[in-house]
Amino acid sequence: MDIQGRKLIKIATAGSVDDGKSTLIGRLLYDTNSLTTDKIEAIERNSRQRGYDYLDFSLATDGLVAEREQGITIDVAHIYFNTDKTNFIVADTPGHVEYTRNMVTGASTSQVAVILIDARKGVIEQTYRHFFISNLLRISHVVVAINKMDLVDYSEDVFLKIKSDFDALVEKSNFNEEQITFIPVSALKGENVTRKSEHMPWYLGNTLLDHLEILEPEDLQESSVARFPVQYVIRPKTEAFHDFRGFSGKLYGHSLKVGDEVTVLPSGNRSKIKGIQFFDQQIDLVAPGSSVTITLEDEVDCSRGDMIVRAGEEPSSEKAISATLCQVNSKALKVGGKYILQHGVNRVLAKVDQIESRIHTDFTGTEEADQLRLNDIGRVHFRLSKPIHFDSYQNSKSNGAFILIDEGSYDTVSVGFIE
Amino acid sequence: MENLFIPNPKEAESIHILREVAAQFERPVLLFSGGKDSITLVRLAQKAFFPAKIPFPLLHVDTGHNFPETIEFRDSLVKELGLELIVRNVQDSIDQGKVREERGRYASRNTLQTTTLLDAIEEFKFDACIGGARRDEEKARAKERVFSVRDDFGQWDEKNQRPELFDMLNGKIHVGQNVRCFPISNWTELDVWEYIRTENIAIPSIYFAHKREVFFRDGMIWTANEHVFREAHEEVVEKMVRFRTVGDMTCTAAVLSEAVSLDDVVSEIRLSTISERGARIDDKRSEAAMETRKKVGYF
Repeated sequence: MDIQGRKLIKIATAGSVDDGKSTLIGRLLYDTNSLTTDKIEAIERNSRQRGYDYLDFSLATDGLVAEREQGITIDVAHIYFNTDKTNFIVADTPGHVEYTRNMVTGASTSQVAVILIDARKGVIEQTYRHFFISNLLRISHVVVAINKMDLVDYSEDVFLKIKSDFDALVEKSNFNEEQITFIPVSALKGENVTRKSEHMPWYLGNTLLDHLEILEPEDLQESSVARFPVQYVIRPKTEAFHDFRGFSGKLYGHSLKVGDEVTVLPSGNRSKIKGIQFFDQQIDLVAPGSSVTITLEDEVDCSRGDMIVRAGEEPSSEKAISATLCQVNSKALKVGGKYILQHGVNRVLAKVDQIESRIHTDFTGTEEADQLRLNDIGRVHFRLSKPIHFDSYQNSKSNGAFILIDEGSYDTVSVGFIE
Repeated sequence: MENLFIPNPKEAESIHILREVAAQFERPVLLFSGGKDSITLVRLAQKAFFPAKIPFPLLHVDTGHNFPETIEFRDSLVKELGLELIVRNVQDSIDQGKVREERGRYASRNTLQTTTLLDAIEEFKFDACIGGARRDEEKARAKERVFSVRDDFGQWDEKNQRPELFDMLNGKIHVGQNVRCFPISNWTELDVWEYIRTENIAIPSIYFAHKREVFFRDGMIWTANEHVFREAHEEVVEKMVRFRTVGDMTCTAAVLSEAVSLDDVVSEIRLSTISERGARIDDKRSEAAMETRKKVGYF
């Protein structure tokens, strides 16, 4: 909830070039009055210059000069709009074939995926990639927006054919807990985006916006165990707070309360939560998602990178891990390569022991590989300099993901999902 | 009965980012303009490190063309919270011959700030500069990372940005590089105003409607002042106005307003039809203006 009691919903979008994704987002912004006069004027001016006889809403979101020249989106852009009930953040991720990396990035911060399909083209190879990635990221809520319905005479048969083709994809996937909703739309004409379409009386469901608004963030929660990675130790050393030693961080997965028995990792020391503090407020019970400061009953050893969990709910601690990896940098990952592995706020050194397999570029099967190139996804085994305290990605998104940092360039080169 | 604390997700995210900055860098600094966004950052930093003091100084790059109300406000805030403030002046960069004052109708010191800022970064060896930029301000900003690596020349390479996955922030850099950190990336203008109202945060008086000598040009309202170039035919009139951003007098246009309280301002923003940067004269120079300035190290 924000200060005004609005909930926050984070959405990732995916579509192929020319599916009309930017137009759809532009339409959502326009219809929710989120575009200001000067932005609408800029869109009108640009649309005129290009000789269009309609408003090109895609201009509302295409940001960088290089992209405007090419007419395609090439990176993740964040777009904000709100209704009276809900705050939305859209991570607009491009669907072009080389840009798996961008969709993984955008989807990593999102609770909902909106996959666009061009009604004229139906389910294509790209659609399968997008669905595969939203599955890999365990996005539990998927909206399939079948766009450009105006160009297929708003035909129910076309809609049903695409739906059944998509259902066939779902059958083959290994993630069965997601909820999938199909909505026929025309972003250009504004049909079923925020306004119910008169041309598609056969569609009885919600408009896209109505559908996104009824989602509840609590239902999109990802875990049931409390994980508190320590970011920073607060020691004021002032007279008033002479002995204060607080562990600050963000809480994930489940609430914590004063009096809870906890284990501090990696030491394994036990203690009890003495106090939970947010600024000058003392809290008894704190919900996940909060950035707070915790004090413990005992003087235990605890610093940045350590983790506080409820006793009896300790995560796995291993020096050898297996993960599904997505390469997000043009420098390839190879067997024997050494990296800095960042798991939450903790960093250890990692060495690639084995690349077990790589997923085919059409995502239909796996093959042997000795390296992972940009946009490749594969299964990799690592050895670590120190154990990390993790859950499987399936059980905890926050505690089951990591990034690899190149030791030379310090670039973020891969993202991993621990098995 | 236990009182359950439910977070404001955007506030929680910003605090998380500020703590990452303090933990990952040796010499962070908070770039403070005296505007509402940097004032909000100060409040978030207070919350992030309480009961300890904010563990980094504030840096103000003073163009010399600031509204006096902003400077007074800055000094009283610093005093009240016991913060460390560093001020570096664009005038000094001009006097040292590093930059040349712009002339003519649209003359502004806004772009000159970049040189003074880069010099200050070098002088103090700052490795992280915390700023109040938001992605909703401008299209080119929508793709800015939370941690944005700049090279020795302060340049931003939009094609070669580190992807940011989940909330894991990678602040590893080489000597000479620095990182621009944007804790309120995901806030909108309305979020900031609602936060200021709820938290009852003090802000400079020019954000509220007041009488001011102004003149009209290009459909915008300019402050009539010795620092702002004005043609003889551009007539000065007194109007009730307020400012939506606090940049330089030379590049910040006023809006006609009767909003005298935070409640009024929030209602005005809700109904408003001109985006915040629409009142920034520097962005109107060309559609790609912001992106071009960012590439050369502008904040």
